[in-house]
Amino acid sequence: MAQRFPAIFAFLALIALPFAPAQSQPAERAPDTMAARVLACASCHGAEGEGTSDVYFPRLAGKPAGYLYNQLVAFRDGRRKYPPMNYLLEFLPDAYLKQIAEHFASLRPPFPPPAPPTVSTEILARGESLVKEGDAKSGVPPCSGCHGPSLGGMEPGIPGLLGLRASYISAQLGGWRYGTRTAFTPDCMQIVAGLLTEDDVKAVAAYLSSRPAPTDPSFANQGSLPMPLACGSQPN
Amino acid sequence: MPRTLNALLPILIAVCLSIGATNAMAQQDAALLKKGEYLARAGDCIACHTAREGKTFAGGLPMKTPFGTIYTSNITPDPATGIGTWTSDQFYQMMHNGRFPDGGLVYPAMPFASYTKVTREDSDAIYAYLRSIPPVKQLNREHDLRFPFNNRSLIIGWRTLFFKAGEFKPDPTKSADWNRGAYLVEGLGHCGMCHTAINALGGSSESQAFEGGLIPMQNWYAPSLTSNKEAGLGDWSIEEITDYLRKGVSARGAVYGPMAEVVYNSLQYLDDDDTRAMAVYLKGLAQGTSPEKPAKPLPSAESSLLVSLGKPIYDRECAHCHGTVGLGMPPHYPPLADNQSIQMVSAVNAIRMVLNGGYPPGTAGNPMPYGMPPFAHRLSDDEVAAVVTFIRTSWGNRGEPVSARQANELRAATLN
Repeated sequence: MAQRFPAIFAFLALIALPFAPAQSQPAERAPDTMAARVLACASCHGAEGEGTSDVYFPRLAGKPAGYLYNQLVAFRDGRRKYPPMNYLLEFLPDAYLKQIAEHFASLRPPFPPPAPPTVSTEILARGESLVKEGDAKSGVPPCSGCHGPSLGGMEPGIPGLLGLRASYISAQLGGWRYGTRTAFTPDCMQIVAGLLTEDDVKAVAAYLSSRPAPTDPSFANQGSLPMPLACGSQPN
Repeated sequence: MPRTLNALLPILIAVCLSIGATNAMAQQDAALLKKGEYLARAGDCIACHTAREGKTFAGGLPMKTPFGTIYTSNITPDPATGIGTWTSDQFYQMMHNGRFPDGGLVYPAMPFASYTKVTREDSDAIYAYLRSIPPVKQLNREHDLRFPFNNRSLIIGWRTLFFKAGEFKPDPTKSADWNRGAYLVEGLGHCGMCHTAINALGGSSESQAFEGGLIPMQNWYAPSLTSNKEAGLGDWSIEEITDYLRKGVSARGAVYGPMAEVVYNSLQYLDDDDTRAMAVYLKGLAQGTSPEKPAKPLPSAESSLLVSLGKPIYDRECAHCHGTVGLGMPPHYPPLADNQSIQMVSAVNAIRMVLNGGYPPGTAGNPMPYGMPPFAHRLSDDEVAAVVTFIRTSWGNRGEPVSARQANELRAATLN
């Protein structure tokens, strides 16, 4: 009994500890880190920008900083329309948006396992051919022409396409077609998305989301790919 | 030769003198333009007269009102589409009387009921500044107002009820700081446009000045500046108020919603003296009404259920930043215990912060703000009501419980 007392006392002290500083000392300061500052992003994009279970909220981690910055500015200024994002970023200055972009670009959380495809092998094959070769008949350039043969993206403005879910990819292609997502002119993706049929979008989204995550997530160097069309977001 | 020199001498002297005079005038002009630019910031002209991604001061911003949409006007010095042909008299006439140069009536979305308090000297400085900015050729867009509000003569009635022209008259019994603060808050700052309730006729009554009200269309509640139970600043220190106005964050709370816009575009640019003066005046507005002692009403069955549902949600989603007992980590994670903004009769703002989250504005004093995540997609209406009820009634807070229906209605609120 006598021996148990100190043990119980220590236990009680341990429980009481988290409350004690809050009441007797001035409140703590928020951690002086970018991670603490961007907690607002975590409920949709994950604490490390890895994405969440919601299929419409994309992974942010490891995308080129220039691309992320362009998206943040486009959301703030209403050029890319999604009210919750437009609202959150409305009063943040360029310099800070740049820091937020660099923060997420620098993170490398593990990729989720690719989704098992829910479409037929014919559709997957159509998706693969659009991604790698494009469609000469309808004038669709291959995704790999700008996003790289490994689809890892190119600095500074072109994102990687792996680790995203089919719903997100098809929603973005739809956004370009309907004008809720726009970029600097010439808005290359608006042109490309306009050339795709509904079936093409489905095939591309299914194929991309079925690909395994890259072992070495890295971007192609600026200017290293001969881009098939001019793009306002990608300075040459 | 000497004769010619003699003849030239006066000319030379005159030239030298006039160069000197021109320099002095240039300096005077520069000072005037700087003053005008500063006052235009204090009046937050840019917020309404610049469209998103539009040219500065070229207008065209749609402003939704309960009476239809008003498009703001071009106030650049372009002679055809802006105010390039206006004289300083005409500009003052607009600021002071709400009338266009041709005598036409201005819709009171332009806060001339506040700007009427601006002195002629300050109006002239703003005029000089607006003459100096790059002219932009951009036609004003027609307002899209519903019948009968599209009839401008209705403004005559509005003016009779709600408008009294007159420059600010200093109160000799008050300090210089108080008077300067009153001039800025009541005049250029046009704080009363939101912080005084707007009635069904779109007017605000002087007797209810700064008593707070729901901002039409935006679904944010602009709290009372006269009651310490709301945003009255009677028991805030001057430093807490100046931090709030200038940096957007303070030990007592952070700005959010429409107030974030005001700090971002206007208040962060005011100098130490003016910010302090506004703080002195605002603090004085609420003097004498001390906060009520925390009441402990017996919770009804529903509200006690909400509180017991709310605590686990709070511990899981909120306590990490706002602390287990609501003390927060000021200034970046605001305290929730004893936070006036959370206990106000209107729960609109507290519910919306939980639904939508938010970032305080990035300012010179707080360039890298901390953000609050949105929870609209993670919490059900019941959960939002429960956690807001828990926060409004815990740690000595004396707010009323909120219902799931209130939470649900605010999901549809316009975000921006």
